[in-house]
Parts: sequence; C-alpha cells; structure tokens
Amino acid sequence: MLKIVNLQARIEEKEILKGINLEIKPGEVHAIMGPNGSGKSTLASVLAGREDYEVTGGSVNFLGKDLLELSPEDRAKEGLFLAFQYPVEIPGVSTTNFIKTAVNEKRKYQGLEPLDAAQFLKIMKEKMKLVEIDQSLLSRSLNEGFSGGEKKRNEIFQMAMLEPKLAILDETDSGLDIDALRIVANGVNQLRSKDKAFLVVTHYQRLLDYIVPDFVHVLYNGRIVRSGTKELALELEEKGYDFIKAEVEKELA
Amino acid sequence: MHEENDDILEQVTTSEYKYGFVTDIEADEAPRGLSEDTVRFISAKKNEPEWMLQNRLKAYRHWLTMEEPKWPNVSYPAINYQDIIYYSAPKQKIAPDSLDDIDPELRKTFDKLGISLNEQKRLTGIAVDAVIDSVSVATTFKEELSKVGVIFCSMSEAIQEHPELIKKYLGSVVPATDNFFTALNAAVFSDGSFCYIPKGVRCPMELSTYFRINAANTGQFERTLIVAEDESYVSYLEGCTAPMRDENQLHAAVVELVAMEKAEIKYSTVQNWYPGDKEGKGGIYNFVTKRGICAGNYSKISWTQVETGSSITWKYPSVILKGDHSTGEFYSVAVTNNCQQADTGTKMIHLGKNTKSRIVSKGISAGRSHNSYRGLVDVAKNASNARNFSQCDSLLLGDRCGAHTFPYIEVKNNTAMVEHEATTSKIGEDQIFYCNQRGIDTETAVALIINGFAKEVMNQLPMEFAVEAQKLLAISLEGSVG
Repeated sequence: MLKIVNLQARIEEKEILKGINLEIKPGEVHAIMGPNGSGKSTLASVLAGREDYEVTGGSVNFLGKDLLELSPEDRAKEGLFLAFQYPVEIPGVSTTNFIKTAVNEKRKYQGLEPLDAAQFLKIMKEKMKLVEIDQSLLSRSLNEGFSGGEKKRNEIFQMAMLEPKLAILDETDSGLDIDALRIVANGVNQLRSKDKAFLVVTHYQRLLDYIVPDFVHVLYNGRIVRSGTKELALELEEKGYDFIKAEVEKELA
Repeated sequence: MHEENDDILEQVTTSEYKYGFVTDIEADEAPRGLSEDTVRFISAKKNEPEWMLQNRLKAYRHWLTMEEPKWPNVSYPAINYQDIIYYSAPKQKIAPDSLDDIDPELRKTFDKLGISLNEQKRLTGIAVDAVIDSVSVATTFKEELSKVGVIFCSMSEAIQEHPELIKKYLGSVVPATDNFFTALNAAVFSDGSFCYIPKGVRCPMELSTYFRINAANTGQFERTLIVAEDESYVSYLEGCTAPMRDENQLHAAVVELVAMEKAEIKYSTVQNWYPGDKEGKGGIYNFVTKRGICAGNYSKISWTQVETGSSITWKYPSVILKGDHSTGEFYSVAVTNNCQQADTGTKMIHLGKNTKSRIVSKGISAGRSHNSYRGLVDVAKNASNARNFSQCDSLLLGDRCGAHTFPYIEVKNNTAMVEHEATTSKIGEDQIFYCNQRGIDTETAVALIINGFAKEVMNQLPMEFAVEAQKLLAISLEGSVG
C-alpha cells in the first residue's frame, strides 16, 4: 500500500529526514516511536504534503501512485488521512458543514454524486457512536473552543467519516487523559480492517497498550534505527530512548 | 504553497467582472456639467411641480458654498463636477403602460443580470423597482401591493402622485445641507424608489430596487425613501452593478428611512458596483448617505450590507434612536481587493430612553486594498439606559493590504453601557493546509473560511440574497492568500 524508499527531507537548510525506508501493507498497523526531534512529525507532514518541507531525495509510492507528485488535497482524496497533532480552528464554519464539504469533495473525485443532507446525517449518526462524540459539538465552529480531548476525538470522527485507506495519527495521544485515550483508541480499533492501514506516530508506549501495533519502528536522528514487534515498544518503555541513542552512537563509531 | 496561492490570487484578480457589459440603448441626456440650468433641465424632464424645483435650486445653491469632505481614509484624484452628465434616461418610444411595453433591449439587460421584470415568472415573490442610469424603468407587483395599501413606486411617480408624503418626509432624515454629497444629490437626483407601509401592515413580500449604471460619463444620483407607519414591517433589498469603464463614475445616493411606533424596517444591500481593474483604473466612487430614524417608541431599524464592489466606498448607514425603547442594528461585510478602498461604518445616535444598538462589522482586505471601519456611538444627555454593543473584526489576506478601525464613542449619560470589541486576523496557512488534507482545495478552503468569518452578517440577509452574497464573496476573494 505504502512504500517509502530512502526518503530525505529538510526544512529551510536543516536536514530532518535522512533516508527513511518503510513498507506498509493493507491491514497492518505500524507504530513510529522516537525521542523528541527525531523527525516523527516531519515524516507525517511530508507524507500529507505540507510544503514547509522540501523533499530532497527518495520516493514514496501510495497505491501505485507517486505520492510526492500529488497535491495535498489529491493525496487526501486518494485515501490518505492525517490526524493532526494540533487541529486548527476555523471560526464560523460548523464542524458538520466542514466534514460534509470534505466528504463531498472526495465523492466528486471518485465520480460519485454528493450526499444529500439526509444521507449525510444518517452516516454521521452511525459514526458518532464510534468516538462517543456529541451532536452539539458538531454544530459548533470547527475546533473552536474545543478541549484537547474534543479536538482529538473530532479528528478520529473525521477519519471515520472519510474512510481513508491509510490513516496517519500524529501524536494523537498527546494531551489526552486516560479516558479520552481509551475512547480515541476504541474508535481506531473499530475502524481497523484488512484493507485499511494505520501509521501511529507516538512518543509514549501507553497508546500502544490500546492500539496494538503489528510493527514498531524507532526513529532517531532522521533514520529508522530499529524495527520490531510490539515487544520493542515495551523494551523502549523500560529502558528509555537513551539506550537506543547509545547503541546507535556505538554502531556509528 | 506560497506559489500556488499566488497563482490563485493572480487568477482571481484577473478574472472578469461578470456584470461589465454595456447595453446599447439610445439615451436622452442632459448636457455635460452642472449649473442652475442643469437642475432646471432635470426638473423639467420630470415634469415636476414648482415646489420640487425650488427645493432642488436651494440645495444646488447651498452645494456651491460647500467643500468636498477630505476626512475619509481614502485617496482619489479630484472629481471634476463639470465633466459629469447628470441626467441620462434610456429612450423609450412610449411611456410603458404595463411591463409588457418595456423596451426589449432593457428587458434583456435585466434578464442578463438575473432580474426578471416579468411578474408571472417571478416565483420568489420579490417586488422590483428597476432603475437604469437616471430613471426607474419598471416596478413590479404594484397592483398586488396596493391591495394592502403599500405604495411602492419610483420617486418621480411619488412626486407626482403622493406630493403630501414627499413634502413631509423627503429630506426629513437627511437634509440637503447635511453634507457635500447630500446637497449635490438633492439638487440633481433623478429617480429612485419610494415605499410607504401604512399602519399595521406587514408588507407581504420583499421589496427591492435594482440599480444599474449603463451610460458613460454619467453620475447616478438616486434617492430612496421608506416610511413605515405604526406597527408596520418591511424588508427592503438593494442591489447594483455597472459596466466596466476606464473612467471613474460617481454614485452619490441618499437613502432615508422613517420608522414610526413599533414599526420595523430591515434594509439589506448587496453592493457590487464595478470595482475597477486590478491596477485600480476605473470603477465607481460610491459616496452614499444612508440614515434612518426610529421616530416612534419600540421601533427598529436594521441595516445589513455586503459591500464587494466600487473602487471607493464611503458610507455610514446610521440610525437616530429617537423613540424610547427603539433599536438600531448595523451588520456589515466589506470586502476590498486589488486597489479598492472602503471607509465604511455606522452612526448610532441614542436620543430616547432604553434605546439599544448593535454593530457587527466584518472587514476583509486583500491585494493592495484598504479597508476602514469608522463608527460613532453617541449617547445623548437624556438617553438613560442606552445600550450598545460593537464588534469590529478584520481579516487580512496577504501582506500588502491594510485594515483600520476608527471607533468614536461619545457618552453624555452615565447610565449608558457601551461595549466595543475588535479583532484582526490573517487566514493562516495552517488553516488552508488542514482543509487541503481533508481533500478541500485551496479556493474552496478560502471561500469556506471567508464565509465562516462573515457568517454573523450573512445570517441577517434574506435567503434569496444570502446565496448570491455568499457566491459574491467567494468570487471577490477566493484563493487570495499569501
């Protein structure tokens, strides 16, 4: 589904990704872990197409297409979704209206008729249960005055509505208390299926107690330095990132 | 992202003004320039009674003693008042007895603008007074309105048919001497709409006037007067467009509203005069005086305006809150792009007790334009318990435009409560990227964000207008983010 080969990227003059290799198959859940500043969020942003970052080398293939050639909106319409670490606020635009616009833009791209209000509401009602989100929240302006937990739940709700093939969760656990974390994770787990894939970017192991990954990768200094199964996450939790750093430095020396 | 946005900005700013066509109709014009003879010419053309001519001449003589105001935050080359044609009327073979007799060319013009003068086809139930250059060419639904006693006709007709009402109210809210442009208007105004709602009548349909400047080198000076008697209600819409021309054309209108006891007038404007090209060449100077008086207790006047056109806009729809417990409202979205300049706002004059006013102003600036809010909240000595809430928000697109706020507050009664809030923001790349990531392209995203920003005002518009106005905002600005 997604094949990243030797991906390199920088922001201004600073090189951040120094050759990422990663392959994700349908149905898989991959976790990317790493210390602050290792390039986790950069990887998520580059895949989504944020143009603050300049791709300097490598390739990304997504469902047979050259992802890096696509505009951010076309990547989304092809089925790539990013749950933002810091969802933005858009005053005066109701959450419902925003999501309806997004859903219908995608349908247009797929050559489908736009959903009318009744059809849309029906689907919305179903998906609302997944993330225990309240109707009143959805009639408010997008993310305006939402608590941290509400914003993250809204991200997962949008994911449910847009039914992406690959969803990237960028530190979705940050700023969540344990109850909100459970709700968010539940939502994700219910959306897991054999043709969907997830890339979960996180600093902490605790999210992975709820969203159990098939593979765990450790990103350090712009490269994936370790890959393994969920046990790797537990090992990191126990020993801390310093142990990885030390090992990597030793290998390089 | 920067590049892409610049491209879209480029596209938008070079996109054609959709209403810029010229209709080829023969016109009956006054000789260029302004003198007592011009005033007499106009009055004679309209077959006016002597008292009206005298009013005009008085206004003209007063105008000669006045100077053009220099205080607005706009700049433009001096206007040569002798180079303007003050009267231009489409030549019709015969005066139309019914709507069917209207010159087909004229009818085509309004069809092109999406305004049907054909009552049978008109399903939305809006009565229209269509004004082209200096004269009203058609007023629809007159008969149906007269059944409930509502008078809706052109100003020329009102002067002939309802002189007692005109004598009583014309100039009662905005006297000719009020300012330079009102004096000019009082001297040379050629037409406009008159609307009278009798006591206890709720006007059964929206009334609207559509203004079109067609002829070259002409100025448009129209006059609107709305009188709502006790316990009556009317909602009134005003729209306007003009052809694209290289020279600037002057539009100096006067609108007066009178609301008696428990009456309510809702006045909505979607102003889309030709804004000039992207270098600032051409476009309409829109110098307009609009004022309403809440004369009776518990009366209400509400102004809603969406200003997207004109090279320069200079207007302050105001309310004099004379009646106790009366309410004044002002809702405004002003959009400026390219080289447009807008200095607009309102005056709320609290004279009566327990009077309330609310001001919501949303300024959107793009390109190299300048957008100023200027407003006055005045609470007089005897206006106890006056309340005002003002909110002025500015949204900037790009970094070459300007937004300015000039709020004036004068309170002479210590029971008054006056609140003012103001914000300035920029459309962020983060907002755009967030929309992009959800599959929404940049143009649609900007339209979405702009309409969100202006929502509080758009919600005040009658439904038929709101849709048009939303599209207009999108067309005026979409994608102009830097």
